[in-house]
Amino acid sequence: MERNKRRILTLVLLINSFFCTGQQKLESYRQQIDGTPLSFTMQAVPAGEFQMGSSKGKADEKPLHLVKLDAFWMATFELSWDLYEPFLYKDFEISHSTSKVPEQVDAVTRPTKPYLDMTFGMGKENHPALAMTHYNAIQYCKWLYARTGVFYRLPTEAEWEYACRAGSAEEYAFGDESQLGEYAWYKGNSGGKTHETGKKKPNQWGIYDLYGNVAEWTYDQYLPGFYALPKASLRNPLAPPEQLYAHVIRGGSYDDEAKDLRSAARLASDPSWKQLDPQIPKSNWWFPEAPFIGMRLVRPAKAPSKAEIDAYYDQPVIPDY
Amino acid sequence: MNTDNLKDKRREFIKASALLAGGMLFNQFSFAGGHSSADDTIRIALIGCGDRGTGAAFQALSTTANVKLVAMADAFQDRMDSSYKALSEKFKQKVDVPKERMFTGFDAYLKAIALADVVLLTTPPGFRPLHFEEAVKQGKHIFMEKPVAVDAPGIRKVLAAAEIAKQKKLNVVVGLQRRYQTNYREALKRIQDGAIGEVFAGQVYWNSGGVWVKKRQPNQTEMEYQMRNWYYFNWLCGDHIVEQHVHNIDIANWVKGSYPVSVQGTGSRAWRTGKDYGEIYDNHSVELTYADGSVIHSQCRHFEGTANRVDESFQGTKGKVFLSGGNQAILWDHAGKELYRHPAKGNANPYQTEHDELFAAIAKGEYKFWDAERGAKSCFTSIIGRYATYSGQTIRWDEALRAENSLMPDQLSWTAQPKVLPDENGLYPIPMPGKTKVI
Repeated sequence: MERNKRRILTLVLLINSFFCTGQQKLESYRQQIDGTPLSFTMQAVPAGEFQMGSSKGKADEKPLHLVKLDAFWMATFELSWDLYEPFLYKDFEISHSTSKVPEQVDAVTRPTKPYLDMTFGMGKENHPALAMTHYNAIQYCKWLYARTGVFYRLPTEAEWEYACRAGSAEEYAFGDESQLGEYAWYKGNSGGKTHETGKKKPNQWGIYDLYGNVAEWTYDQYLPGFYALPKASLRNPLAPPEQLYAHVIRGGSYDDEAKDLRSAARLASDPSWKQLDPQIPKSNWWFPEAPFIGMRLVRPAKAPSKAEIDAYYDQPVIPDY
Repeated sequence: MNTDNLKDKRREFIKASALLAGGMLFNQFSFAGGHSSADDTIRIALIGCGDRGTGAAFQALSTTANVKLVAMADAFQDRMDSSYKALSEKFKQKVDVPKERMFTGFDAYLKAIALADVVLLTTPPGFRPLHFEEAVKQGKHIFMEKPVAVDAPGIRKVLAAAEIAKQKKLNVVVGLQRRYQTNYREALKRIQDGAIGEVFAGQVYWNSGGVWVKKRQPNQTEMEYQMRNWYYFNWLCGDHIVEQHVHNIDIANWVKGSYPVSVQGTGSRAWRTGKDYGEIYDNHSVELTYADGSVIHSQCRHFEGTANRVDESFQGTKGKVFLSGGNQAILWDHAGKELYRHPAKGNANPYQTEHDELFAAIAKGEYKFWDAERGAKSCFTSIIGRYATYSGQTIRWDEALRAENSLMPDQLSWTAQPKVLPDENGLYPIPMPGKTKVI
């Protein structure tokens, strides 16, 4: 990771120091991927509660409802191509590893090689990986688990919004829309493309680019009326993903207007993003027409059991016709 | 475009043919072979039931025309089965393919073509000349995937059949879907209207991480192995400069409004050298020189972990343009002022559009599509590119088109031997510039 980012990160680590979660104290940390020069950082996010949704937003953002969450870590940055490509290309992973690739990594299914250039000319180094499907994003987490032994997963929708708000109740965590350009790459300043992660200001909890650059996968099924259901207000709420469409995407992207970057704004995944895939069954791995979607890692403070981890990673593949 | 409405003629003909015995008049009308079912249903045969063929059949059955899939053909039973399952689940009423209209093996195409009005030719490209020639002979309308051939003899066969298809007024669409994609159509309209002046240079790319690979299985004959892992064998695939990069090279030819007079270039197997990867190169970099002296640079490679791009740029005397299959089209003048930017969202699916337009024409009895010749010539541009990188020589279009050496095996059966065979280590002979003869 470049020096500049590291400097910012050290600062962030000092500011954040640690959070207390009951008896548990979470600290931000750096995860090495052993046997490679790769690493990434995770920010501690304290347990807490917040009002999820927006009374000013679209219908699917209502009603405002109280959500309580356990502590977790969230990646400081959106996942970069640098961290993603060793998963995508097995030979590349082998040739770029300084020691033997762990055996359990062999069991991980790799994405089909993308038919098109999935960077869409927007750049690779330190740029967010993008256009992967929800399934692809989860399988990446599985690969990372095989490489590190640490359970990483996608944020739930509630975790994402909680981390994004970082204690704020307004439409944007930093104040009003006029400051958006200091925090986000969006239609107004992106030049129509992604940018290196971590070039804008972080939020109060040291997390970068939650707004804009690439929109980010959450684990949840997109249900427009979910917030009105009692289970939306349970502790650690989740709309479990059971259907291939739609899943919730958050944060807006380089290609979105300001209003679509708001903390509460929700986007639903769409089968039309695969129309440029000429094959049947369509790839489970790529959305050739969604170069605006990326992913961000989360790690729960309380590690799940091995059985729970396997259940998370090994859900049946739903064919896409 | 020829927009003659032949429907009335056809009605008259059907009436007449009810009275007349025999098929003497058949060749005078475009619908001689097609559309002879009792109702107005357009009957489709799918020749090549892989993932792309299945995708093409999905698109054909998703048009608004009154269509029915009536026959399927593939070399392999398992590919037939998975394709039929996907199709019959999705399009229950539109799929009527009982066991007796499913054909497998190398000659399956013959029987399936006979049962249809429209055929979808979607096998690996090496077989296309054979299938296209037969479909034209039988008087069918045709959707055929790119590439349409992998060598000069194949191209000559396609060009000859294309002429006959024109005479018979058979609609032929080639799956160079950028020709049916809105951003390209909008950009080309402007380029042809002179928005960027005379195009004197360009760069076209297909630089990606590569494609699938199928490992050799025990008990496979050499023929079956090559058929399964077809991407890596030239008699089936033509190398990726043909199989994929033809899309971008076709855009160069479209923008120039002509075809190169000569091609030179260089290529190699830099990375993909193992025994799973047959005989094809993993990179080609070639120059296409046109009659007016302008040069378009073409580059394609299958490298992992490198900077990738799949797009086309051209420079003209008044401005420049950037295009990509991701619905992008941007034109600038020489001062850098944007002349046109195509909206990237909300575009029609070009793979669907090519079928929508084809089947609309067929349903109306119109003759509107004669893509075979230009498709063959763009494929041939790619093939010459391969001739150039394999031989290290400058290849002239006219000479290359006369080349006699066919890559096709002398015999097609599961026990027959393809022309390129592995050594005792499972490695195939690799073309070597300066040594390899291509013409």
